[in-house]
Amino acid sequence: MSISTIDPAVAESEILDPRILLERRERRLRVIMPIVSILAVLGLWEFLVWYNEVPHYLIPAPSLIAKTLVQDWSSLMQSAAFTVKLTLLSLGLAIIGGVLLGMLFALSRTVEMCLFPFAVILQVTPIIAIAPLILIYVSNTFFALLICAWIVAFFPILSNTAIGLRSADHNLRDMFRLYQATPWQRLRHLLIPSALPYFMAALKIAGGLSLIGAVVAEFVAGTAGQNTGLASRILESSFRNEIPRMFAALFLVSVLGVGIFLVTSWLSHLVLGHWHESEIKRET
Amino acid sequence: MNAASPLPKAAGLTGAPVLIDMKDVSKRFANGTVALRGMSLQIRNGEFVSFLGPSGCGKSTALKMISGLLSFSSGSITVNGHPAGESPHGSDIGYVFQEATLMPWATVFENVFLPLKLQGLGKGEAKARVEEALSMVGLANFARSYPRELSGGMKMRASIARAMVTKPKLLLMDEPFAALDEMTRSKLNDEVLGLWRSHGLTVIFVTHSVFESVYLSSRVVVMAARPGRVVHDIALPGADTRTSAYRMTSEYTDNCRLVSNALEGTMDHVDLNH
Repeated sequence: MSISTIDPAVAESEILDPRILLERRERRLRVIMPIVSILAVLGLWEFLVWYNEVPHYLIPAPSLIAKTLVQDWSSLMQSAAFTVKLTLLSLGLAIIGGVLLGMLFALSRTVEMCLFPFAVILQVTPIIAIAPLILIYVSNTFFALLICAWIVAFFPILSNTAIGLRSADHNLRDMFRLYQATPWQRLRHLLIPSALPYFMAALKIAGGLSLIGAVVAEFVAGTAGQNTGLASRILESSFRNEIPRMFAALFLVSVLGVGIFLVTSWLSHLVLGHWHESEIKRET
Repeated sequence: MNAASPLPKAAGLTGAPVLIDMKDVSKRFANGTVALRGMSLQIRNGEFVSFLGPSGCGKSTALKMISGLLSFSSGSITVNGHPAGESPHGSDIGYVFQEATLMPWATVFENVFLPLKLQGLGKGEAKARVEEALSMVGLANFARSYPRELSGGMKMRASIARAMVTKPKLLLMDEPFAALDEMTRSKLNDEVLGLWRSHGLTVIFVTHSVFESVYLSSRVVVMAARPGRVVHDIALPGADTRTSAYRMTSEYTDNCRLVSNALEGTMDHVDLNH
């Protein structure tokens, strides 16, 4: 007869292991997979350019773009700083304007009916078509660019805030009435929390749009010189046929966009993670 | 109505003061639908009254009007001597909705705390009362949970705790357990009966279940649809001493038959074979 002993520590780790391991693997994969696939694409790109001997003024290899990025680091960073400033300022103003006007809309149907058409007109008219006019009327180029980027980012915040503030559960509204809540209490404890998922969704969209607005407006403005953004670097490189530099500037625009996306997603998770369906992970 | 034993007329608790007085109350919606026609009813302190009837009989409408959440077209309603909805402090009424109606972004504690918060109480002052309400419904250990983490029955318990946290005199319940499974439902029925007895509440309980109304109430108000109106007012004495064994007695089945017959007379006749 043989006696088999079970080491409790081993047994316990065996019980716990599969789930924790799976979770760890999942988390690792979520980081590793995008990196691997991006590296693979870059490798393929490098190889194809080298193999087909594509001239760098048509498609530069990733290595050349990286080299250009390092060489022109200070001028590109200056431009990036300008674009970041423009994007964040326009996003900030879009949030302030969109939320205030959205609250006004939610409070008064009349105000909404009067002002909504203008908001829609601003939204549906392509910014690239309005930008030249704005550049004519506004003498300060930075303000003109700011207005253009703001127009693009403003609308989703406005419309989602207005819808969100109206989306509170009607039974909960009744309950607040029953307990004779003041208008401020209703706004603070019912309407704003109900609107948050809508607002966070708008913020994710508006974040990307404000960057697009900032870049497009600068393209239209076609400004040159010291105090200009990444769009100007792209234009300038295009005129001078410096394609690697163009790609380097483009790369920085993408990095900015991804950064904005990551920050807004993180914010959304922070605000809604503990309760809203969209941010809750479920075991399958 | 098919011949059944004559219905006992509701006498209510004759000695107790009148808490709710509805006189010839009608409600006509803007689209012309008459939700309720000429409802007159007196409810005394300490009664457990069920509004029983098919969909569209105006039972929920009547409840909303008593709470002041819904206006009426004609007639008058007074609650504790004040016109409905104009009670000096809204906390005299607890209201339990058909769904649990909890704020999903707030913990169970915060949800139950809400009525007190709206009255201007701080978390510190209210803590003991919120905890008392939570343990009253057996949720003391779930104060920190979010509603999505609770089962349907537990959500409903939280909802009842919220209604009870202001220590109301009157508890209005609008088909609160309709969405729950049978076992949870009968357990919660017993708990509501317990609250009614121990807190000297007056309860109005809207339901479409004959069994539930008979098990719970001291009085069943049977309503009919198109237009919504009261057709019977049946007293069921002895509600304050019933135990769950009541479900096994012939008195219970007799009462169920009585109420069921009263309800049947109100239904539109539909010939399914036609």
